[in-house]
Amino acid sequence: MKNKEHNRHIYWNPYFGGFLLGLIIIFTFYTTGRGLGASGAMKSGVVAVVETVAPTHAEANGYYSKFISEDKSPLNTWLVFEVIGMLIGGMISGGLSGRIGWRVQHSPKITKRRRLYFALGGGILFGIGAQIGRGCTSGAALSGMSILSVGGFITTFAIFGTGFLVAYFFRKNWI
Amino acid sequence: MGLLTLINTIPYEWDNVLAIIIGLAFGFVLESSGFSSSRKLAGVFYGYDFAVLKVFFTAAVVAAIGLYYMDYLGFISVGQLYVHPTYLWGGIIGGAIMGVGFVAAGFCPGTAVTSAAIGKIDAMVYIGGIMIGVFIFAELYSLFQPLYEGSFLGNITVVDYFDLNPYWFIFILTIAAILAFILTDLIRKRVKKVFY
Repeated sequence: MKNKEHNRHIYWNPYFGGFLLGLIIIFTFYTTGRGLGASGAMKSGVVAVVETVAPTHAEANGYYSKFISEDKSPLNTWLVFEVIGMLIGGMISGGLSGRIGWRVQHSPKITKRRRLYFALGGGILFGIGAQIGRGCTSGAALSGMSILSVGGFITTFAIFGTGFLVAYFFRKNWI
Repeated sequence: MGLLTLINTIPYEWDNVLAIIIGLAFGFVLESSGFSSSRKLAGVFYGYDFAVLKVFFTAAVVAAIGLYYMDYLGFISVGQLYVHPTYLWGGIIGGAIMGVGFVAAGFCPGTAVTSAAIGKIDAMVYIGGIMIGVFIFAELYSLFQPLYEGSFLGNITVVDYFDLNPYWFIFILTIAAILAFILTDLIRKRVKKVFY
């Protein structure tokens, strides 16, 4: 493709993006007293589905029951609204740069099917890991590090350290 | 205590409006930085694109400097902010599992949201995967519970746990970030380019 060379420059300078992201984190702590998050909203989604499909099962389960309350839906949490905002924000940014469109992005060396299997498998692992670690790259690692939380640094090093350790086994998917 | 007290006095519906606005800015910045592309994100593990490290580390350093500076000026009190709790083994093992998921899929949850927003089907499948993962964890909760609740050290920061001076710590963290940026630029020059 002719625009391959181009593509490298269509994104923001990473330091500029990082600087703005840092300001957003400061603003979030300033106004709400907490940091950002993402995986928590997906957890709320699962809790809401299970509570609707099998309410007695959800209440009996030690994990779901933590997030169920009498007076409001499990979807009525700060993070769910934040993630709705993220969808809109991502769509605006992608729309302004002409990046919106249905597609499966993968290395030309692998098939679309393989990419989707790995995306699903990686998602399942990340979903389990984010529960054990009580937060994902946004909530635990990034917001945690910003406030100098010990756990934030541990999770950050665990995520990226393991990533480098196992990268060799997944290289065919990327390079 | 700045706006914090203000937020506590306004109705909670406005809290949700604020959540959408903050999310909007967060999603916009992630997408504009290229985090909607799994191939760009995975670059950090193979040395052909270090955007993840640069954005992530810059944001953490800017936020840490900003928060402690605002604390110094008296706009906020760092002690009253929510500190992500430290569960030693939960953090390590959970982080390790997330690391494998990150390399396998090329996404983390936040980046996948912005990627799904621009129509990438792999990101939507990934988010479906996360929800399956949460479901598996919850259904097998009794198995995971000791790890989930064990080795709790409190909502600690490096300042209270290691008794460090926060200003020096942030200063050293900043230097470490700059060194990491220089080092990764050197690495990237030696690695075969990957176009995506």
